[in-house]
This record gives sequence, C-alpha cells and structure tokens, in this order.
Amino acid sequence: MTATAARLESDDPAHEAAPLLEARGLTVSLTREGRGVDLVRGVSFTVMPGEILGLVGESGAGKSMMGTAVTGLLDRPLAITAGEILYRGRRIDNLPPSELRALRGRHIATIFQDPLTALNPVFSVERQLVETIEAHTPLRGPAARDEAVALLARVGIPAPEKRLASYPHEFSGGMRQRVVIALALAGRPELIIADEPTTALDVSVQGQIIELLRDLCAERGMAVILVTHDMGVIATLAHRVAVAYAGRIVEIGPVAEVVRHPRHPYTRGLMAAIPAIGTRLKRLTQIPGAMPRPDAVPPGCAFAPRCPLAEPRCSQGLPPDWVEGNHRAACWRAGEGSDTR
Amino acid sequence: MTAAADLLTVTDLRKTFDVSPPWVTRVATGQGRQVLRAVDGVSFAIPQGGTLSVVGESGCGKTTVARCVAGLTPPSGGEIRFRGAVVDAGQGGVPSWRKDIQMIFQDPYGSLNPRWRVGRIVGDPIVGLGLGHSRAEVKERVAALLSDVGLSPADADKFPHEFSGGQRQRIAVARALASAPSLVVCDEPTSALDVSVQAQILNLMRDLQDEHGLTYLFISHNLAVVDFVSDRVAVMYLGRIVEIADRDAIFDRPAHPYTRILIRSAPDLVEIGARRAPMQGEVPNPIAPPSGCTFHPRCPLATERCRTEAPALRPFEAGQVACHRPGEAL
Ligand SMILES: Nc1ncnc2c1ncn2[C@@H]1O[C@H](COP(=O)(O)OP(=O)(O)OP(=O)(O)O)[C@@H](O)[C@H]1O
Ligand SMILES: Nc1ncnc2c1ncn2[C@@H]1O[C@H](COP(=O)(O)OP(=O)(O)O)[C@@H](O)[C@H]1O
Ligand code: SF4
Ligand SMILES: [Mg+2]
Ligand SMILES: [Mg+2]
Repeated sequence: MTATAARLESDDPAHEAAPLLEARGLTVSLTREGRGVDLVRGVSFTVMPGEILGLVGESGAGKSMMGTAVTGLLDRPLAITAGEILYRGRRIDNLPPSELRALRGRHIATIFQDPLTALNPVFSVERQLVETIEAHTPLRGPAARDEAVALLARVGIPAPEKRLASYPHEFSGGMRQRVVIALALAGRPELIIADEPTTALDVSVQGQIIELLRDLCAERGMAVILVTHDMGVIATLAHRVAVAYAGRIVEIGPVAEVVRHPRHPYTRGLMAAIPAIGTRLKRLTQIPGAMPRPDAVPPGCAFAPRCPLAEPRCSQGLPPDWVEGNHRAACWRAGEGSDTR
Repeated sequence: MTAAADLLTVTDLRKTFDVSPPWVTRVATGQGRQVLRAVDGVSFAIPQGGTLSVVGESGCGKTTVARCVAGLTPPSGGEIRFRGAVVDAGQGGVPSWRKDIQMIFQDPYGSLNPRWRVGRIVGDPIVGLGLGHSRAEVKERVAALLSDVGLSPADADKFPHEFSGGQRQRIAVARALASAPSLVVCDEPTSALDVSVQAQILNLMRDLQDEHGLTYLFISHNLAVVDFVSDRVAVMYLGRIVEIADRDAIFDRPAHPYTRILIRSAPDLVEIGARRAPMQGEVPNPIAPPSGCTFHPRCPLATERCRTEAPALRPFEAGQVACHRPGEAL
C-alpha cells in the first residue's frame, strides 16, 4: 500500500489536508419544455489529493451525471442548478468556458467506458498524443513526441516507438484503453474522472487496467473518481466509496468500512446481492422492486418503499446523516449496528 | 460421457464462419479465404434437471455454442442430441425439439418486440407452436406465466418500454417458458442487469428449475454467477473447452492455468485493496490462433511442447483438462 493510501485509510482526510475537489449540495437538473427534473439531488463529497474515490450504484443512480458535472461537460438541457464545485478551494462550476477548457485535460482529465469514443479514428495515436501534450504542457515538437513515447511505454504498449504511427482501430480493446489512459495522462492531471473504465473489457484485461491505474496514482499522486457499477472493482482499487441511489449519495466512507460494515440498508442489500465465488448459497439476497425514475422519486428517503427497515418517518423528511469518523450514511436507522460480511 | 439420463448431449460440435475479405480484395492482395473456427470440437452433456455453465472471455465461442444448441444456427460439424434425437437447425416443419428447447438472450431490450404488447410477446410461442386451442386458453396460460415470473397478469396489456430492465428480463423468461420447454439456453441472461436485479432473476431461475424440473445451459463470463447457478462448468478458450468439471472442483481445485488465473484475478469483496497479479496479454486473434496450446502465449507454465503440440481434453482428477501441465503450481 502506498503512503498516501495508508494515510487516507487511517485518518479522516477532512482534517488531514485541503481537499483537491469538493462538491457541496451539487444538483444537476434536466430542463425540458420549462419542466425540470433533478437527476442529482444535493450531493456533497470531497476528493483528497492522490485518493481514489469509488462512485458505485445501480444504472440510472446518477453516477455519470456527478462525474460529468465535475468535468464541466454538461450540456443543455442538462445543467448544474444548485450547489457548487470547488477545485483547490476555488469555484469551478461557474467558470467561463475558456477557463473551464484550460482546467479540463490539464488538471482534470477523463477516461470513459468506450475507448473508441475518446479517440479520433482518423488521426494517428502520435498526432492525438502530441496535440494533447502541446496543448497542456510546455513541451513542443521532438520533446512532445518523446513524451508521447514515454507515456505509451508507461501504460504498457509494447514497442511504443513503432506503435506511435498506428491508428486507434489497429489496437485491441485493452491496448486502446491504455492509449486513452496515456492521453488522459498527457496534461499531467491531478484528478482523473474514470467512468466505467474497465466495463467493456474482458476480465483478464480489466485486471491489467486496474493494476495500471493503481500504480499510476501512487506514482504521480493523482486522484481518481472511479465511476462503476462493479463493487468488486471498487473494493480492489478505491480508498473510499460513495454509494449513489436515485440521485443522492446515501453512504460514503472508507472501502473496508462500507463493504464490511455497511450502514445504509440499500448498501447492505447491494452487498448481500453480489454473488461471490465459493459461498455456495442456496439463494441470493434480493432487494424487492426497482430504483425509482428521476421524475418519480418518492419523498423522504428514496429507498423507503424497498427498505426492510422503513418506518413512517422515513417517508416524511430526509433522514439525517449518521456519522462515525469519515463514514457517513443517510438513514434514520444507520446507528443500529450492521451486518458483517 | 453419454449417460442414459442426459437430456442433452453435444459431441464434437464445430462451427466455422467464413470471414474472408471481399473477392476483389483477395485477388488484389493474393490472400486466400479466411475461416474463423468459432467452436472447434466441443463436447458435453447435461443431465435432466441439471445446469451446465459455459464460461470464458468474449469471443471464445459461448454464444455460438448456445445458438447451435437452441437450433438457431446450423453447426458446421458434430452432433447435438436432445432426448436422443438429433437437433438440426435446417430441419423443415416444426420438429419435436422446437418447443422443448428455448433461449433467453443477454439484451432484455433487443429481444422483445417493442411494438407488441407483453401478452402477445409471451403468448406468441404458444400460438406459433399450436399449443393453445382457444384465445381464452392462451390468455389464461399467459397470465399464469406472468405470475410465475413475479409479474402481474394485468401486465399483459402493457408494452416492453413500460418496464425496467429486470422486469423486461422477466418477460423474456416468461416467453421462454411459454412452450413448457425442458431445456432453457440462457446466454448471459443477467450481464446487462444491475446486481440487485440480477439477484432477483437468478433466484427466479432457480425457483423455476425446482418447480418445473428445468435443465439449463447457462452462458456467462461472470465466475461468481457461474459458481452460484451451476452443477457443472465448462471453461472455453478460443473455441475449445479447456477444462470441464463439477462446479466445486472447478472453483476449489481448478487445474488448467487459464481457469486458475481467471479465478485468481476476479475482483471480490473479501481481499479489499489487494493487488492481484493479472493475466498476461489479451485473447489472440481467432482467425490466426497460436500454435500448439492456443493459451501458450499467456501461460506462465508454457514449455516448448506447449508451443507445438495441442493438448487434448483428457481426464484429470475429477474432471477433464486440456493442458500438458494440469494442476501444476503457477
Ligand atoms: N442526456 C440526458 N438526458 C436526459 N436524462 C438523462 C441524460 N443522461 C442521463 N439522464 C438520466 O439521469 C439519470 C442519471 O443518469 P446517469 O447516467 O448519471 O446514471 P448512472 O448512475 O451513470 O447509470 P449507468 O450505470 O447506467 O451508467 C438517469 O435517470 C438517466 O436516465
Ligand atoms: N456470424 C458471425 N460471423 C463471423 N464471425 C462470427 C459470427 N458470430 C460469431 N463470430 C465469431 O466467432 C467467435 C465466437 O463468437 P461468440 O460465440 O459470439 O463468442 P462469445 O459469446 O463467447 O463472446 C468470435 O471470434 C466472433 O467474432
Ligand atoms: S498446455 Fe502448456 S501452455 Fe497450454 S495451458 Fe498447459 S502448460 Fe500452459
Ligand atoms: Mg454511467
Ligand atoms: Mg456472447
């Protein structure tokens, strides 16, 4: 484990150092024909320098929206309608487009699920890498090209000198994702938003990319917001995890805490529903029903209709946060002990 | 292998696809025809009421095996027998196995006709195979099927887009069960679903198996899901079975290096933050598979023999393994 990781796990980072990124009451809405629907509803979280924060939850929970809001890539009809995002203490959610562009790629880079969408099919890898390096660093010409070779080598592309001239389609899926990672590294960012970076890959290649990301973060002190629906990937790679449900973060804390002692009934249900090799269960624990759509989120705790512990007060107002160290859960009954896996 | 009680026996199944470039290109470049061996000599049997899973990385031939068994794709070679009778996709009329073998697909969106109401989607096989004698009878059967999969009979009047992903997969399960099949071929039935919904569908499939004595051919790339559903597991790599054994043997005592590395590298919730030695390399191009054991470029145990001589699938301990060094420490 790296020094950064050890520190993040042992202490409450909020009291350790200044956060790299902070979201406060972040709300993202979709406005159509004058009607607004909130897709992300008042979310607050921090990312410390060098930290890998996992963002997990069911499809439609709002994970990608939260990540996209941070990168400033939301387009109409989507927009941040409340709250703020601070990068090194400075607000970035209201930056003019030019400043936002300077921040993006340079300080905050993105990696998406499908490497083909991140790469331009008609340009060589060399051209794309060199352009990005020249846009975000003082390196020019041959120096930028050398940096491109070094980056390809670093992400594990064999014979990088030779592969520089190749086009995206000439790479396999796994190699393409490595190229995308090299591109994200080009501006030497401090924060990477990785949205389902391994979901489209084979299990064997997924393992390679996970270990690559782990090493790169440790080496460069880079922070990552790791968006995925796969709790296994988070448990392997992330330091802390935030669990999203119906546009809110219902639980956040150190990975080992949240996985072994989940406090929110939704997180408990989620953990119990995941099959594991060797458990040989007769049945899996299932959560009845389905997550509500954004335009039909029930009042109070959005999980209440599916929750085995729900009481009348759960549907009335938002539950207060249960807090223990840097572990937080938005549930009236979070304090009543927890299952141990 | 073939016991009297086996509902399905697959022997030396082969399926090749012609993936040659167009004729003009071939003439211009002097290339010959290119043949992709998607399934290259696969054999297995499933007893009545059992579940055999086929697991492996994308492109290894799982879906092709599933489609051949379901009679949707004609094999290029080998034989598929259901209750002793040959299953042949090219057969005319409505062969006897048609109502007995049904398939559930990965994509709960694409596999349902969006313009049909759920009642018609589920009732279609009943009508198509002439299993219902009156409209009332079909309607009653559809209502029972919807209840069986945890939906309401009133859902018959709705359209697929009115349902969530998990509910759509329930509709697909109801449709597959409409002809009261004995064998259900499930191709990644939960891969597009969230884990909480996956748990609902896997439990449902297990309940239906208990109630109706169903037999499953289950296709997945998710080892934990396979461990949950299976009695027996076949691990495929580049069109071939490299290891086949009972579920416990595969997961507790895997013998093929590929199986062992796959299991070892699957992320779990037990060893939090653990670094795992990932598998080397990527799946090779199936048009030009490596010589000898096709896994040799990625195998930590590979020797000269592995590079030249293809290992046959041979009995090893409780199962069968295609490897020159089965069970050896990695
Ligand atoms: N461009 C868009 N226009 C309208 N609604 C959208 C748009 N993008 C997302 N949504 C809606 O916002 C909600 C949150 O979406 P988001 O993509 O953030 O979910 P997610 O948690 O990333 O899900 P997944 O696991 O499927 O990627 C969903 O209800 C989704 O349907
Ligand atoms: N209709 C087809 N034409 C050409 N190649 C095909 C066709 N269907 C499958 N293949 C190829 O056959 C191999 C096995 O495919 P498939 O059975 O779909 O694998 P899996 O389901 O394990 O991912 C792959 O290399 C795939 O590209
Ligand atoms: S035959 Fe050789 S290369 Fe193939 S899996 Fe066994 S040891 Fe590895
Ligand atoms: Mg998403
Ligand atoms: Mg497939």
